[in-house]
Amino acid sequence: MRVLGIETSCDETGVAVYDSRDGLLAEALYSQVALHEKWGGVVPELASRDHVQRLLPLVDQVLAEARTAPEQLDGVAYTAGPGLAGALLVGACTARSLAFGWGIPALPVHHMEGHLLAPLLEEDPPAFPFVALLVSGGHTLLLEARGVGDYVPLGESVDDAAGEAFDKAAKMLGLGYPGGPRIAALAERGDPGRFRFPRPMTDRPGLDFSFSGLKTYCLNTIADCGGREALSEQDSADIARAFEEAVADTLMIKCRRAMEQTGLETLVIAGGVSANKRLRARLDQKLSSGGIRVCYPRLDLCTDNGAMIAFAGGLRLAAGERPDDLAIHVRARWPLAELNPVATDRPDENRGA
Amino acid sequence: MKLLAIETATDSCSVALLHDDDVREDFREAPRRQTELVLPMVEGLLAQAGWSLRELDGIAFGHGPGAFTGVRVAVSVTQGLARAAELPVVGISTLEALALDAFARGVRTPVLAALDARLGELYLAVYGRLAEDRLEALLPDCLCHPDALPSLPAGIRHAGGSGEVYREQLGEAVAGLEWLEGCRARARHVARLAAPRFRASEGLPAERAQPVYLRDQVIQGAVR
Repeated sequence: MRVLGIETSCDETGVAVYDSRDGLLAEALYSQVALHEKWGGVVPELASRDHVQRLLPLVDQVLAEARTAPEQLDGVAYTAGPGLAGALLVGACTARSLAFGWGIPALPVHHMEGHLLAPLLEEDPPAFPFVALLVSGGHTLLLEARGVGDYVPLGESVDDAAGEAFDKAAKMLGLGYPGGPRIAALAERGDPGRFRFPRPMTDRPGLDFSFSGLKTYCLNTIADCGGREALSEQDSADIARAFEEAVADTLMIKCRRAMEQTGLETLVIAGGVSANKRLRARLDQKLSSGGIRVCYPRLDLCTDNGAMIAFAGGLRLAAGERPDDLAIHVRARWPLAELNPVATDRPDENRGA
Repeated sequence: MKLLAIETATDSCSVALLHDDDVREDFREAPRRQTELVLPMVEGLLAQAGWSLRELDGIAFGHGPGAFTGVRVAVSVTQGLARAAELPVVGISTLEALALDAFARGVRTPVLAALDARLGELYLAVYGRLAEDRLEALLPDCLCHPDALPSLPAGIRHAGGSGEVYREQLGEAVAGLEWLEGCRARARHVARLAAPRFRASEGLPAERAQPVYLRDQVIQGAVR
């Protein structure tokens, strides 16, 4: 089973070809970061305009690199949500039309399911059931994954997503966009002992998150130092460090609690923020020691990409899923729990020789 | 010559098949429902004609101006179908297709094609008819403010399109301007206007199917 995957939900155009026997054959990603940088965040209309220019050449490139003729494809998977409606539509319309023209099925894929299943693309993939933490610019979500499409929500952010908090803190420090990598780089030089930010909602039971308070705390700390203009390089680094420690610690505490609550032994972390080294180190340090297996996708699969969409679509295609008709729908909002479970081979059997 | 044409830039969704001098069209008023309808309509028309996508000579699409998302629906669908079936593409101005709808109703003088561009502006053009399926832009497609119209060519008597919301201002610019009811940018006109260009081998590869937005000030909503 060979699937072309197309991802256009936000500011990355991602395309890949995945084969259930031979694995990932080719992938390409065009990031719009430079386009949105000067605006301090993603401008939806600019994102859509860029996708419509980049997508088809990337499809051509990936098919060529995968040495795959259209006749060898069994389906086209595309991100149908959640995400920016206009951006999603570019990928959805192109994918559905390619599939119609090639006479093969098109598979709408949930973006977060793509992220969630990305670690299954690795060698020695985790087996269901497991706990998953999905952390990105748009989501902070803990869930129990019982099988493909069978996800039980455990907790989520009641306000800002973790990645969003990184972006906002970065903006306060004048670091620009995207915030995550910039905060992380600056935090490397920060003194962990100088400031201590709160670990929101860890002092009460439950698995929900809240990150908007950290933002305020960050703003107040900057004010205490005399305002942004007065910050020394070291002040900024110390604040970035304290902020990153707080986010990583909070995520770790909730994950540990989720493992205790479910009694499961595998934790999968996915989404853009899962690339954060301090978060990885903290989870390894506090959970792995307790016998929990912690799985991450490799770094280039943490951010948005076509590979995870091809993979997730492939699993659903293999399970016999087909769209009802040729109508193209995208969903800007789409709770993961609304997905239908699919009967599928175990992922390790899906990889094969 | 066999062509498929798609026009989704305004509140309607239309798809047409051209076979030499014949055009078969599926036209629907369908604000914001283009994505739901467009591929089923393409499939339906192809099935009626008994054609496969591959036997077409090309795909024509309305490239705008119009609703940004609507324009991209036609473009993305055209890109996908054309790449899959290895067909050339030709983009046609949505305003030109709108003007041809007026000429198809018997108008003989230059036509003012106007679409409501929202945000207090309109997309505007004036076309004259050179031959059955050949128009000439007397005022090229533009984005303008109704109170600061460009200078309009002489001889216009009719206008069509959703730009009628500015009929007062346009009526001041063109004395005795008559608005044609139900004038639409339709896929049948896109097909007719594209046919000579395909015959002249002006078809482009699929990825060159691109929107013409005219409005590039899209940043006002951005966070700074």
